[in-house]
Amino acid sequence: MQDTQDINRRELLILGATCAAATALPCAEAAEASGTAAPVIAKVTFEVNGKQQTLQLDTRTTLLDALRDHLHLTGTKKGCDHGQCGACTVIAGGRRINSCLSLAVMHQGDRVTTIEGLGTPDKLHPMQAAFVKHDGFQCGYCTPGQICSAVAVLDEIKAGIPSHVSADLLAPPKATNAELRERMSGNICRCGAYSNIAEAISEVAGSAA
Amino acid sequence: MKTFSYERAKTPAEAAAAAERIRGAKFIAGGTNLLDLMKLEIETPTHLIDVNSLALDKIEVLPDGGLRVGALVRNTDLAADERVRREYPLLSRALLAGASGQLRNKATTAGNLLQRTRCAYFYDPNQACNKRQPGSGCSAIGGISRQHAVIGGSEACIATHPSDMAVAMRALDASVETVRPNGATSKIPIAKFHRLPGESPHIETSLQPGELITAVTLPKPVGGTQLYYKVRDRASYAFALVSVALVQQSDGTGRVALGGVAHKPWRVESAEQNLPRGAKATATALLDGAKPTPHNEFKVTLVERTLAAVLAHAKEMRS
Repeated sequence: MQDTQDINRRELLILGATCAAATALPCAEAAEASGTAAPVIAKVTFEVNGKQQTLQLDTRTTLLDALRDHLHLTGTKKGCDHGQCGACTVIAGGRRINSCLSLAVMHQGDRVTTIEGLGTPDKLHPMQAAFVKHDGFQCGYCTPGQICSAVAVLDEIKAGIPSHVSADLLAPPKATNAELRERMSGNICRCGAYSNIAEAISEVAGSAA
Repeated sequence: MKTFSYERAKTPAEAAAAAERIRGAKFIAGGTNLLDLMKLEIETPTHLIDVNSLALDKIEVLPDGGLRVGALVRNTDLAADERVRREYPLLSRALLAGASGQLRNKATTAGNLLQRTRCAYFYDPNQACNKRQPGSGCSAIGGISRQHAVIGGSEACIATHPSDMAVAMRALDASVETVRPNGATSKIPIAKFHRLPGESPHIETSLQPGELITAVTLPKPVGGTQLYYKVRDRASYAFALVSVALVQQSDGTGRVALGGVAHKPWRVESAEQNLPRGAKATATALLDGAKPTPHNEFKVTLVERTLAAVLAHAKEMRS
């Protein structure tokens, strides 16, 4: 008994890791024992960055995981995985969405654009170039989501979609700093590059107008 | 996430019948709330019925001058609809005050009404929650209750309804159109759609098992000055501490509904006769019987002050 009582911190950590490994390995058996049904596989075909893709997926697969783990398009990032941070933002059917809160099987026939589909290192999308020019990032983790969101924000303004800060619901919205800040509030940047992000988007909005 | 089978429904009646037939089935449209809860295994459907292919994404003018908003109309599209911006600005404003651009692009009209509470104890499976697990108790009562209900709560639950859109719908006297598994249709006034928690907080609406929302209808425009004020911890992308939806006519009469204070959008029609007398009289009548906790008693004051600000803004707009 003396041994167990004198267990030191290092031994405790090793013991903990062994238990974690032991419980993690036979997960299929554990699932069966708890009555969890086997995964359901479904086929989905959609277009990603102009290329037709057909995947056989566990129905639980989110669009985000399909893009990253199955199509290896790892530009789209997983932040919170609960629709709160915007790192997973992609453009589906012409609209920005949180790809973590959407099932891949629900995108049958859809057209999806990720950061890889906007531009390439040799030929940057104007929004990518503006983010570089204005230092619209530090660590860069949120940046693909920020850029996809920003591209879609300018389309939404062009389409006349109002926002919470639009003073007049009946007037065409403009890409003011207040409008951009409000419309980009679903994209969190922990480095706090917000003012530079807004400047980058403003520049693209100005040159596009 | 638990495993589930998946189907794409072809007609509303077929979807409703499947939902009744398959134990543990749920409808999915935008999925922004359901998938979040499925990842946490708070929602554990065994079968998902994808209703996105049902042609319920139109906004039509009704013969009486009102609007029928299809269940699948996205929050972005409803807020941006020209008729809604012109005739029901309260609804546009409420929608635009909620969530983020990404979420509004996915979230649907019906799904918004069916949102579950964001009570932290509901979201934490280690805590007691009568809404998540009936009979387990309520950790919010006696817990950290700053966000919780100040009126209409019960010994079983003090959660709030999180929707902004529903508060505007309540002030506008919307109705919820549904189809039942037997094919029958029904029209539920929004006042009777959301329930108070009572002893069964897990039952949140008057929908029957398998019943599918097909549309939300708005009566003909009521005019007046329409404003939605939302007070929250940050300027954007946060749930309401308190929100106030106001429709006020030039003679000072009108309607008012509150968000962030109860288990459902809070409206007391008899309190509205006090509107011409101002915020204090109206707020006192609206929150008569309130039982705030020490953490959220500030909401009672905040309702009166927000209403005062809204009424001042409305007066300014009329002058």
